[in-house]
Amino acid sequence: MAETTGQGAAAPAPTPTGDTAAAVALTKSAGAVSPRALKARGDGLALRLIAPVMRLVEIPMLGLQRLLGINLLAWVFLLPNLVLFGLFAFLPVVLNVVYAGTGGDNVLLADRPYVGARNFALLTECGSYLDPNTCREDKFWRAVWNTAWFVTLQVGIMVGFSLLTAIVLNRDIRARGFFRSVFFFPVLLSPVVVALIWKWILQREGVLNAFLDWTGIGGYNWLVDAEWAFAWSVFLSVWAHMGFYTLILLAGLQAIPRDVYEAATMDRASPWRVFRKITLPLLAPTMLVVLVLALIKGVQTFDEVYAFTGGGPGTATTFIIQYIYEEGFAGAPRLFGLAAAASLMVAGVLVVLTLVQLWVNRRNVDG
Amino acid sequence: MTHLKLLGTTALALGLAAPAMAQEIRFMCYSDGNECEVYDDVLTRFEAANPGVDVIVDVVPYQAILENLPVQLAAGTGPDIAKVTDLGGLNEYYLDLAPYVDTGYWDASFGGTLDWYRVGDRQGYYGMHSQLTITGAFVNATLFEQAGVALPGPEATWEDWAAASRAVAEATDTPFPMAIDRSGHRVAGPAVSYGAALNGPDGPTLSDEGFTAFVQQFVDWHNDGTIARDVWAGQGGATYQDAAQEFINGELVFYYSGSWQVSRMNDQVGDFFDWQVVGSPCGPAGACSGMPGGAGIVGFEQTEHPEIVAAVIDFLAQEDVYAEVAARTRNLPAHLGVASAGVAFEDVTPAAQAALSAFAADLPDVAPAAFWYQGYPGNRAMFGITVERVSQAIVGELSVEDAVARMADDLATAMAESQ
Amino acid sequence: MTRLLGFLTATRGGAKLHWTDWASYAYLCTGVFLMFFPVIWLVMSSFKTEADLQRYPPTFLPYQQQTIMVEGYDDPLPLFEMTGGEYEGMILAQLRRVGLQAQMIDPANPGERLRVGIEDRVPVERFTLATENYTELFGRFNFLLYFWNSTFITVMATLIMLLTNSMAAFALSKYQFRGRTVVLLLVIGTLMIPQTVVLVPLFLIVTELGMFNSLWGVIIPGAATPTGVFLLRQYMLTIPDEILDAARMDKASEWKIYWRIILPLSAPAIAVLAILAIMWRWNDFLWPLIVLTRSENFTLQLALNSFQGELQTDWSSLLAMTVLTLLPIAMVFMFLQKYIATGIASTGGK
Repeated sequence: MAETTGQGAAAPAPTPTGDTAAAVALTKSAGAVSPRALKARGDGLALRLIAPVMRLVEIPMLGLQRLLGINLLAWVFLLPNLVLFGLFAFLPVVLNVVYAGTGGDNVLLADRPYVGARNFALLTECGSYLDPNTCREDKFWRAVWNTAWFVTLQVGIMVGFSLLTAIVLNRDIRARGFFRSVFFFPVLLSPVVVALIWKWILQREGVLNAFLDWTGIGGYNWLVDAEWAFAWSVFLSVWAHMGFYTLILLAGLQAIPRDVYEAATMDRASPWRVFRKITLPLLAPTMLVVLVLALIKGVQTFDEVYAFTGGGPGTATTFIIQYIYEEGFAGAPRLFGLAAAASLMVAGVLVVLTLVQLWVNRRNVDG
Repeated sequence: MTHLKLLGTTALALGLAAPAMAQEIRFMCYSDGNECEVYDDVLTRFEAANPGVDVIVDVVPYQAILENLPVQLAAGTGPDIAKVTDLGGLNEYYLDLAPYVDTGYWDASFGGTLDWYRVGDRQGYYGMHSQLTITGAFVNATLFEQAGVALPGPEATWEDWAAASRAVAEATDTPFPMAIDRSGHRVAGPAVSYGAALNGPDGPTLSDEGFTAFVQQFVDWHNDGTIARDVWAGQGGATYQDAAQEFINGELVFYYSGSWQVSRMNDQVGDFFDWQVVGSPCGPAGACSGMPGGAGIVGFEQTEHPEIVAAVIDFLAQEDVYAEVAARTRNLPAHLGVASAGVAFEDVTPAAQAALSAFAADLPDVAPAAFWYQGYPGNRAMFGITVERVSQAIVGELSVEDAVARMADDLATAMAESQ
Repeated sequence: MTRLLGFLTATRGGAKLHWTDWASYAYLCTGVFLMFFPVIWLVMSSFKTEADLQRYPPTFLPYQQQTIMVEGYDDPLPLFEMTGGEYEGMILAQLRRVGLQAQMIDPANPGERLRVGIEDRVPVERFTLATENYTELFGRFNFLLYFWNSTFITVMATLIMLLTNSMAAFALSKYQFRGRTVVLLLVIGTLMIPQTVVLVPLFLIVTELGMFNSLWGVIIPGAATPTGVFLLRQYMLTIPDEILDAARMDKASEWKIYWRIILPLSAPAIAVLAILAIMWRWNDFLWPLIVLTRSENFTLQLALNSFQGELQTDWSSLLAMTVLTLLPIAMVFMFLQKYIATGIASTGGK
């Protein structure tokens, strides 16, 4: 990562709270667009460290550029990533598809009987999709409906709060570094610990109930009530992941050139108008990342809720990945085939949803 | 590309470097207390007696044993020795120790528990049952004394205990009369006492009359507040949940768990109240069965040094070593010789010693069905099904009849898939 | 350094706080409480004894019952304050409790034994940190080795990931070529299958490649994460093409454009990705759990979770370990977070 503070002692490094003079200097020098000017802007330690390696790599890359031309060079840039992806991301997914067509509880594909689409048939055998009790795999459909509700609530609330937080954190406030760290802190915790902390707080004789008793409202056994357990699961997952999206949005806000705002201020545009007409459109590419990731990760919510409620009470907070996990890995017998089939069905839905998002945002996707 | 290749070679080099130590034995161990530390310690004596052998105890989370070990074994990358709980389920990978050990001694020492590791035509000597557990009830004797209610006697039924616990809870303003761990294993004993056959005439069943009667009673007790809802209704899936915290805090009169909780009660109840173990109450079917269980140490066929693996396990199976480990880990011995000689457990209060003895005394009451269930390779599937469906009945997602019908379906599917 | 909402709300020379500033600070302070209180609670709990952790209702600060050494007794005796009965107000040491009665002595007068009802006494407790939770960890396993393994995995995986992902993102954002959309869709497509599901196929692949029980078996698959490509690519889209064209006029090679212009200008996104990558690898548990089975290869997360048994979990050790594991990554984050803000906010264009 490149450090972009001033070079050496010549220019004072801007602190998180901001050093106006240095910032103005930076703005001016970076206003010009030649690499030379960028260099003057100051390269960080990191850039200096990688420079020798990068220069060395430049020699073969220059040769390749002459040989292949600029457009084929793009594939050279893609290659390392594609190799890693091919082996460790695409290939497992392909194997997963093969698993979905097999039955039994053996681990190795060679030992597993081919059953065709039986796993898919099992999952979709239903009297009515709206009533899980009429389905053969009732747990799957319960999980599907729970997940649908959960994702709707969680993504909406989380992205809303992340945006609000990012905007507030992007203001000229004191101790910004501290506040930013605080909001990100829960992301650093492992899911088991997140669940454990909130269990302590919400259990029958936990902190929250002690507080409610003290105020006279009276405590409540939150985690035994299906609706409350669900609501707290949404809360917990927003709490744990909000910092992640706030951080991405914050980086996106930083990317908006400030002269756009300067122009708007001169035009005496109202703040709300500036937000709608400048901030939101310019934030759109980042917003797309956030929405796509939030949706995908929302559907894949598992660890923290599993450690929090175990999917209960009953099946009230059992989500789709927990179903897959219990069928394929934790439970007995291990039905890898059924789990793989369920995961492919989920992936199918996600692909459709993502394509819709990309299509809605097609201008930003095409850059 | 270049760095990828480089990484490949490094990985290869690392892989090749490992087997250089000729006689390195890997023991994958998980801990519920101090077991792995104690094994590591006693095995240094084995290493001293066998120069050149290095037994390394890798302490892993239980999850690794439960979920990853089977995958690693299938891929041929498992450890040499492991401490396992899915006794029959991993049978196909076990190393038969018979050629290397004195089978007469093993038969005399471990008796019936050897069967738990045997499946179908693989009837060798596979596992040393290192810790025997049995389910049973803890009661808060101080609450009984405060309420002025007499403790029901050894022949008391579940109904008697439920009535007594309710009376105590009411008199002492205690939140919960009873609780049972959220586990299919824990309710198996009571279910057998209610007449569940488990191994019925048509194969394993969770839906016969006895089991249904128990489920009905169990759900009713949840609904009338006799049993703490928090334990079974507060969780989902097949998640394990105990009620030790409630018991330790004096909020629970009667707690059905098992012998492994003794250490914890010993350490954490301290002087707060008097507790004692009363074993398993009786059911209407006449049995007063608990459910045996525990973990065992097995070797795997994949090992390169079967004779050393067998020697290590045999070393741990020797009466003196076994007795020492049992005493230091505060576990009930499965070794018949050690059991009959009695174990002086280390660092325990008289209450804990009494509790462990009470559990040991309850072992002969285990019904044949419960003993069979512990050794049945499909028992984990049945435990999981029980927990999931009974929970749904408790929270009202399913009626008791529907839950029992679902259990029968689930079990049929599981049996078909694991053929 | 004016921030964008500063424009929206016009801080008015910074002299007087606008109502939006008050609202912002109020929001942030609520946030601090919500986000930080549970974390502080975690740290406090890591100093509690196992018995204190199990207690209802939980206390914020760790307490332990006070004990006293009394002459004539080998073990320290627990102290109780009397709340009723004839000795009300006195602090007594307890010899033993039998049923509802307790035998106590006055430490000032150890000769006389007093009988009191257990209803009439409460334990004397004082704030005490159970530092043994931490010190015992170091005796129990090779903390430094695990720390090194975790660090090595995290650093290598992060570097590989940043390099390959930024290269791919550069190609996907700044070049027009056939197949670009296909590659992009494939990258996003792999996000759809949760890692939990592909664990077994991935394990078989890694084993085939001979990376089982090697740190590289954790590092390399960990570097193949689609999130980074997607995130960087979307960020690089906002970098004006004019800068690249100007550089090309100056006869800069494409590689030079990549590392001299694109990389520095993407600093905020790269900082975000670096933080995420470090965090992912550092906290990674399920994958190392299946690939690493030898204790000399263990990471901190594996050691941490080894306190979870089948039937019991050693919470006090687990929490202490959690706090220790949290510290390095929290410091890395505090160090890296400032680069997010000092990014290309100042770049002209568009």
